[in-house]
Amino acid sequence: MFIRSALFTALVIFTCSVMAGEKPGLGKAISMEELAKVDYTVLPNGYGLPEGSGNAENGAVVYAQNCLACHGEDGTDGLNDRLVGGLGSLTTDKPVKTVGSYWPYATTLFDYVRRAMPYQAPGSLTNNQVYAVTAYILFLNGIVEEDAQLNAQTLPNVKMPNRDNVVWDYQPE
Amino acid sequence: MTDFDDIPVAGNGLLDRRIFLKAGAAGGATLLTATAGAQDRPDWMRMPGAGMSETGAPSEYETQLHRRAIGSQTGTTGSGASRTPLPYLDGIITPSRLHFERHHSGIPNIDPDQHKLIIHGLVDRPLSFSLDALARYQTVSSIQFLECAGNSLRMLAPEPLQISCSLLHGLVAASEWGGIPLSALLEETGVKPSARWLVASGGDACRMSRSVPLDKIMDDAIVALYQNGEPLRPANGYPMRLFLPGWEGNMSVKWLHTIKLVDQPAMTKDETSKYSDLQDNGETRLFSFPMRVKSVITSPAPGLDLGEPGGYQVSGIAWSGDGKIRRVEVSADGGNTWADAALDEHVLSKCLTRFRSAWRWDGGPAVLLSRAVDSAGNVQPTRSVVLQGRAPGAFDHCNAIQAWQISRNGKVNNVYS
Repeated sequence: MFIRSALFTALVIFTCSVMAGEKPGLGKAISMEELAKVDYTVLPNGYGLPEGSGNAENGAVVYAQNCLACHGEDGTDGLNDRLVGGLGSLTTDKPVKTVGSYWPYATTLFDYVRRAMPYQAPGSLTNNQVYAVTAYILFLNGIVEEDAQLNAQTLPNVKMPNRDNVVWDYQPE
Repeated sequence: MTDFDDIPVAGNGLLDRRIFLKAGAAGGATLLTATAGAQDRPDWMRMPGAGMSETGAPSEYETQLHRRAIGSQTGTTGSGASRTPLPYLDGIITPSRLHFERHHSGIPNIDPDQHKLIIHGLVDRPLSFSLDALARYQTVSSIQFLECAGNSLRMLAPEPLQISCSLLHGLVAASEWGGIPLSALLEETGVKPSARWLVASGGDACRMSRSVPLDKIMDDAIVALYQNGEPLRPANGYPMRLFLPGWEGNMSVKWLHTIKLVDQPAMTKDETSKYSDLQDNGETRLFSFPMRVKSVITSPAPGLDLGEPGGYQVSGIAWSGDGKIRRVEVSADGGNTWADAALDEHVLSKCLTRFRSAWRWDGGPAVLLSRAVDSAGNVQPTRSVVLQGRAPGAFDHCNAIQAWQISRNGKVNNVYS
């Protein structure tokens, strides 16, 4: 009873404040279920990673079926962005930027694959498949072992080779 | 003729800019006395012209008014860019249909009745806004530029590329952007004290996403619904896009679908592996947000060569993500001497500013340069300064001074001064 009354009070205060400013206040409440369908954001600390897991062994199969056509057999010589290699090249006169050499956060790989890949059918992979192909690309780069199981707990702990070279131009106020 | 017609103000034929301030004063001095008959009329003056139409189109004779250098990644048609045809435009407003494009997974065909803007994360009340709902909010509009972080990168190539001005610099445009201050919507959702950033995601196939600091959002970010007076076109984010005045274009997420408030940046693909600048000391520089002070001469320019020697207007655009353009100088002798260009009336913050100089080309070799200064006192740097500290191939965020070499036959070439 107390809770219901407190909620009612909060609603009245909110409604009044909206009316006082003559603001439309037309945003509609959205359920957690609806939010879950559109929330793809993953932070470097792992916040936002879903349940599920995968390793490079499973990932090799996912890669062959969904990624190989554009990124090449071993991620080095495909039609599109190179994913593998280039370690140690960033300070040479021919830097090779790949997931392994340049991407500073492993969580970014999961986030991007889940959002956008495969190019022709984004959203078609299960979370287990995304974890697995993430593991496979990291394995091809020599960053994780072939049997390393990646999930919401272990992926944020994967340290990328370029992690400590990141500087920010923007400085928060 | 004006009083200033023959006053040189800098080397190799640059004339006084006041020639433009006196525009209109020279006309009317001569009365037309000749008589003319119907037989002297051109065809289009001998009968009534065409009727009205529901939408307009350029003259059939204007064959250059199309986007340039459309290119997409191998195996795709929608992951690439098209360029604004800068040499064929004047003023500061870019027609919407000629505004450059940069997409990462094509242009979605969004049904506005099904599209929602969802704001969630570190808010008091996660809310969903329909387009109908947003139509009832107070809107604002401003004329401001949008520039891709990769604009002009080809001028950092080791050798000057002989490509058009549009291909070199056409990833910039200016529009009147109308929409709702995002701060007003965040007032409605409430913002938790721990929120510092938000992650904006698009409703395209790749859910293109960028992290944006909350202080920028509260400063001047809008959810744009209108461009140049009409609803956004699909290529520019219909039915809504984020618009962040002055900041690198990729952050103004098109087809805006979700906004999640967070306590730290998400380090998305586009803000780490792309649109970052590798330095020669091995540092990877992230978050170079404002597009810095810059100018380029758009006429003459490669693709818009000179004809006979004589009087010409040298015209171009200048802009800064840090404020207004205070001054643009032009040189016709490769930077040995400079003269102030005239600025058109509309000098707006974070917007293209049109500049003009009068020039008498004597038919000899010349190198034209423009150099802009913004209201924060920033001076457009030279190419060699822009290259300092960069790793090979790290070419985003280039605001270097462009040099156009005029050869004896009037051809305009890209050169490094």
